[in-house]
Amino acid sequence: MTQVKGWLAVVRKELTVYFGTPIFYITGFFFLLLAGYFFYTNVIYYSIISFQAAQQASNPQIAAQLNPQQMVFRPLFAVLGIILLFLVPFITMRLMAEEKRSGTAELLFTYPLTDWAVISGKFGAALLVYLILLAFTISYPLVFGLISRLDWGALGTGYLGLVLLGAACLSLGLFASSLTENQIVAGVVAFALLLLFWIIGWVQELGAGALGGVFQYLSLMKHYENFTQGVIDTRDLVYCLSFIYFFLFLTKRQLESRRWRA
Amino acid sequence: METMIEVQDLTKYYGPHLAVSHLDFQVAAGEIVGFLGPNGAGKTTTLKILAGFLAPSTGTARINGYDCVTDSLAVRRSLGYLPENVAVYPDLTVTQFLRFAAGAKGVEARAEKGEIDRVVAACGLEEVRHTLVAALSKGFRQRLGLAQALLNQPPLLILDEPTIGLDPSQIVEIRQLIKNLEEAHTVMLSSHILPEVSQLCHRVIIINRGQIVASDTPENLSRQLGHGSRVLLTVSGPTGEVEVALQKISGVNRVLSQGEGNFLVEGDNGRELRPELARMVVARGWELLELKAQEFSLEEVFLNLVTEETTEEES
Repeated sequence: MTQVKGWLAVVRKELTVYFGTPIFYITGFFFLLLAGYFFYTNVIYYSIISFQAAQQASNPQIAAQLNPQQMVFRPLFAVLGIILLFLVPFITMRLMAEEKRSGTAELLFTYPLTDWAVISGKFGAALLVYLILLAFTISYPLVFGLISRLDWGALGTGYLGLVLLGAACLSLGLFASSLTENQIVAGVVAFALLLLFWIIGWVQELGAGALGGVFQYLSLMKHYENFTQGVIDTRDLVYCLSFIYFFLFLTKRQLESRRWRA
Repeated sequence: METMIEVQDLTKYYGPHLAVSHLDFQVAAGEIVGFLGPNGAGKTTTLKILAGFLAPSTGTARINGYDCVTDSLAVRRSLGYLPENVAVYPDLTVTQFLRFAAGAKGVEARAEKGEIDRVVAACGLEEVRHTLVAALSKGFRQRLGLAQALLNQPPLLILDEPTIGLDPSQIVEIRQLIKNLEEAHTVMLSSHILPEVSQLCHRVIIINRGQIVASDTPENLSRQLGHGSRVLLTVSGPTGEVEVALQKISGVNRVLSQGEGNFLVEGDNGRELRPELARMVVARGWELLELKAQEFSLEEVFLNLVTEETTEEES
């Protein structure tokens, strides 16, 4: 019970810092600007195709393409995944690094909190910030749903993928932040590792054999793709949850080593 | 009396560097103990181990009966810690920070406001309650550091250099604040300001190069480790002759003329010089205006000990 209270205190403190400083507003502004831009261009493209289909009603191929899930939201989810690679390091880079740099870590780790309470508190706050940003994008399908029929199940799966991908990226970003006391270094490391986990599956396409299969399984992009297609595969769920746990665990080990290394 | 801190054979290495070497000491509940030593002596390292922030390389430290490594959470519940460089979150206001600290320390939600009000009043933070920490002066930050340490009324307070970097009036305020804690808490504070320690503490532990070199009350330390007796003498007579005559008295090691007939006479440890000095002055027909035994200050004891240790190690 005490740890839950401590966890809540950490979440509340982190949220106060997020909302009291420009981080949330600047990252939020650019995230929504880019998301809005890509949604807008996808809708324009969809309307052009719809218009052509209306003019050539006899061409069944064009009519078959008229699926808003495939033409608007699937590309949008794909591009949001890539935007996450840039967004997440900004959300996570200060989480642990700033505590170390400013010396507040000494206070934080002498409070009666377990390392898990601190880590999950910081992770929870970052996830909440990300979910708030993501919540703004729900207005896109809501508005689009007024003029077109949508497959809400597939959309929900896409959002589930975005939530899991975001949480995975945030756990990695938190780990990167625990490695250093320099926020910039933490951000760069997080971005580099995220990029690596995004493109690692490309090795398979270069003909890397069995090892390539392993790399492809490790790829964030590969697992995220299934969600954007509206497919929930337990392998993808297991991968994402394992990825999150693995990097939170690494963060814990990194923090524990502090006591011995000093 | 109940033991609050029990340290046995505590050693800490930073890589190959030995920071603390085989420390042994105990602190009883209710004591205010000063931890004294030059920079790099191992004070902060020891306090960080006691606070559960660092683990010792070997040895054990127990607080309130709990081991600092294996029962770290229970130890951290028993103490309030003020680090050497008080770092508090600059983006929070004083109240927001104290709410966070209260939550982290497990203060009950319904008791939170009252507890925060109590420490704010105790530390004189009322006027800055809604100010951002980034805008606080050094003195207020130090008070805020002390306020968070006091939250949840821990039985033990560990204060690392609580008055460092403060101006004289702030130092007096913080000292008074610590003095007021005497009844409800055991306090272990580190400092290299000697008058502070002698004013505040029941007992002083002097540490140098990671080892304890002395541990006693400030008065006993002055008496026992003062390296001889010292007498302040004021004589109306020819300065040169008086000085020579004083030096001839057996047991006198050194005579320092301080002008206007004042002499500081140092003799062997435990030897009472005053009767002989008085007899000699009267016998020579000079006038004895003042004769007073003078204790060694803690500062001198400290310097003597630290210098001795260094000389012994070098030889």
